[in-house]
Amino acid sequence: MADEHKRIVLQKLTGRFGHDIVATHSDFGDDTALVRPERIVEICTFLRDDPDLLFDFAMDLTVVDYLGEEPRFEVVYHLYSLAKKHRVRIKARIPEEDPVIDSVIPVWVGMDWFEREAYDMYGILFRGHPNLKRILMYEAFEGHPLRKDYPKERRQPTVGVEE
Amino acid sequence: MAVNHAKDGAPGFLTTRFEAVLAWGRRYSIWPFTFATACCGIEVMGAFGTHYDIARFGAEVIRFSPRQADMLLVAGTVNYKMAPVLVRIYEQMLEPKWVVAMGACASSGGFYNNYSVAQGIDKFMPVDIYIPGCPPIPEQIIDSIVLIQKMIDSGGSRARDRWPIKI
Repeated sequence: MADEHKRIVLQKLTGRFGHDIVATHSDFGDDTALVRPERIVEICTFLRDDPDLLFDFAMDLTVVDYLGEEPRFEVVYHLYSLAKKHRVRIKARIPEEDPVIDSVIPVWVGMDWFEREAYDMYGILFRGHPNLKRILMYEAFEGHPLRKDYPKERRQPTVGVEE
Repeated sequence: MAVNHAKDGAPGFLTTRFEAVLAWGRRYSIWPFTFATACCGIEVMGAFGTHYDIARFGAEVIRFSPRQADMLLVAGTVNYKMAPVLVRIYEQMLEPKWVVAMGACASSGGFYNNYSVAQGIDKFMPVDIYIPGCPPIPEQIIDSIVLIQKMIDSGGSRARDRWPIKI
């Protein structure tokens, strides 16, 4: 039953989008698809609306920083279907010099704060986000602290500190 | 203070200095303001609950307005985003006031040596008592109250009088 679902999700995805799905695997029982970032909104809309998939619950959005590789950043979406009880992980690689990807708020409005967090921590720019500003760090904070090249010892205190 | 202990029915009297009476009153009415941001706050609740009953030391009147509090109990992790808020609260408290840094995080940043956590609240405000532990047990909070009582009694100098520390 579960295996059947797994097959369905990745099969329908590759069947519908073809070469826009760069790679897929089901390692450790987790369906994963690496997709082209330009098509992310269409892919997400398809995942949400297809009657066999119905991914109505955007559980998480995060970023991985592969410093030294190109493209450097990988935006990761974790999706769940409350109706079908299945999951999928969608990944998209975007380059360091232009870390832009389309916002998926039109698909799942709950992605708003996840995208803000990804912007805050990694500096990923979500095109079309209505309110893309820091959510965890303060406005005056410089840089993006979870990037691998953020200096580990760097401190940006907000009140006068006597060192 | 010198007290006439004779129980002969005559009206008693005592002689003292004004400062001593004031200290006696202050000692048993330390009103804490709890700034609880992490698991230390749970231990604070334990200290104020019936089992440890900090009321025995006259410090049970928790004020949630800094303007009515004597003691700032910083229990938990303070990050750089929160630091200006904490300083603002401290500045609103009336003199005399005491600050207790409870737990490893408030004292030194604890194991959070990263981009967001202040490495001890004494980087930006005077601290009278440091309570070690992660989190400390309620007896240690009571001990900090007793230490402040002793400071009041002896008229000892507070961290505020030595602030800012120049090294």
